[in-house]
Amino acid sequence: MIPALDTLRALGRGDKAADRVVPPTGYTARLTLFAAGAMAFLAVFALALSLAAGRLASSWGDELARASTVRISAPEGQMAAQTAAALRLLEQTPGIASARALSDAEQQALLAPWFGPDLPVDQLPVPQLIEVQETAQGYDSAGLRLRLQAEVPGAVLDDHARWRRPLAQAAGRLNLLALVSAGLIAAAVAAMVTLAANAALAANAQVIAVLRLVGATDNYIARAFVRRFTLRAFFGAAAGTALGIVAVLLMPSGGETAGFLTGLAFRGWHWVVPALIPPLAGAVAFAATAVAARRVLGGLS
Amino acid sequence: MIELENVAYSYGGAELLSDLSLQLAPGSFHFLTGPSGAGKTTLMKLCYGALRPTAGQARIFGRDVRQMGRDDIAMCRRRIGVVHQDCAFLDHLPVHENVALPLTVSGQAVAGQHENLRELLAWVGLTERATALPPELSGGERQRAALARAVIMSPEVILADEPTGNVDWDMSQRLLQLLIELNRMGKTILIATHDLSLIRAAKSQVQARVLRIASRRITAAGADL
Repeated sequence: MIPALDTLRALGRGDKAADRVVPPTGYTARLTLFAAGAMAFLAVFALALSLAAGRLASSWGDELARASTVRISAPEGQMAAQTAAALRLLEQTPGIASARALSDAEQQALLAPWFGPDLPVDQLPVPQLIEVQETAQGYDSAGLRLRLQAEVPGAVLDDHARWRRPLAQAAGRLNLLALVSAGLIAAAVAAMVTLAANAALAANAQVIAVLRLVGATDNYIARAFVRRFTLRAFFGAAAGTALGIVAVLLMPSGGETAGFLTGLAFRGWHWVVPALIPPLAGAVAFAATAVAARRVLGGLS
Repeated sequence: MIELENVAYSYGGAELLSDLSLQLAPGSFHFLTGPSGAGKTTLMKLCYGALRPTAGQARIFGRDVRQMGRDDIAMCRRRIGVVHQDCAFLDHLPVHENVALPLTVSGQAVAGQHENLRELLAWVGLTERATALPPELSGGERQRAALARAVIMSPEVILADEPTGNVDWDMSQRLLQLLIELNRMGKTILIATHDLSLIRAAKSQVQARVLRIASRRITAAGADL
């Protein structure tokens, strides 16, 4: 733990001399930068997808969960009586905050998109809708359904569960998939850095032998490699993240009617999340190189 | 300083050295000789902890090598100057940085040491070549640079493996003079060489013991040297 802390401190301080003891390698450096950048770019999208799916799941949940609808279809004469009976029943049901019959104007507004604004709703046998708001505890929908059946034969309770459940489930699954993708990307960065670090350690076996000969500790030698790969991963990921964010910003916005695809942007504090990608990539590279270096150095005389 | 007690070393089953004892006392001057492949380099490596004996005990500065971790060995190397057989430089750094490398890796490279470094390079006659890269140096220049690097930490012991391996007679004499000067300053010196004329040249100037490795054992060489 202590050597790791030392390494971390040295990383921040920067050690020109320690950097110079390992010869510069343009080729692997560029490859590491590129791979870290590409992975960060993908990570931005995985995170955007995850956050958008999460947002969608919770908004569907919020909008639909606390509201249900009771629909009353009854012959002309009984409509008012049944509506009143249903309202009375709903008000007595524990777990229901309020129940309100929609006015003709409201019902007309709901139907307007389908039938046009000129529809004479009052002259049609349109069912009466009652909007029901639940309390936080919710109500027993099966019990309510039975009582409605008994007392208001024309009433049908729709608690939206049929719609909500598969949508919320799909959104949740999408969220999970995106998170798994982000995890896989981090693992791929670790694997890539480990390979690159192993290659660098093998290519510099002679340098390591010389450093050991003149009294360098493993920690010192490891540091030269760890610092290099950490910085490469960090800057590569920073560039990739920046490009990814620009790409997300360039996505056409759907405005008020934003659907799922056009909602693939970061909102509010979610902007902080992609900013975490470069430091995380650096941390992953740090750990991967440190482990690789310690394993290789431990095997030397 | 460095003691080997009944030490054996074998590479993959074949025993190269066996039942070998050696003591390097402070301020002593030893030559190690013997035919090629007899194990001179192996013995040197046992002395600076690059190899651990397969049997027996090796003690460096009073500590058993087998009880020492990798960092302990690294710390010991800062008190032992090693002139490696093939010099072993970092080819991408100029000579003066290579010579100062032990200071760099031990975190002792401070600004005030430029003067010391210049003096040291003048002492080994490499002032002109300070900014050259190691591959550009001649054999003798490499050996002198290696010696300068071996002594920059002011070590108590200097182990030189064939320090005159690929240099001409004049140059080997100059290197020998440098090592004799170091011995007069109180350093313990062990030189592995198969160059008997070098040993003869040294014996006229310094009280040197000559050890000979043959058939896996170490023996004090006869008076003929």
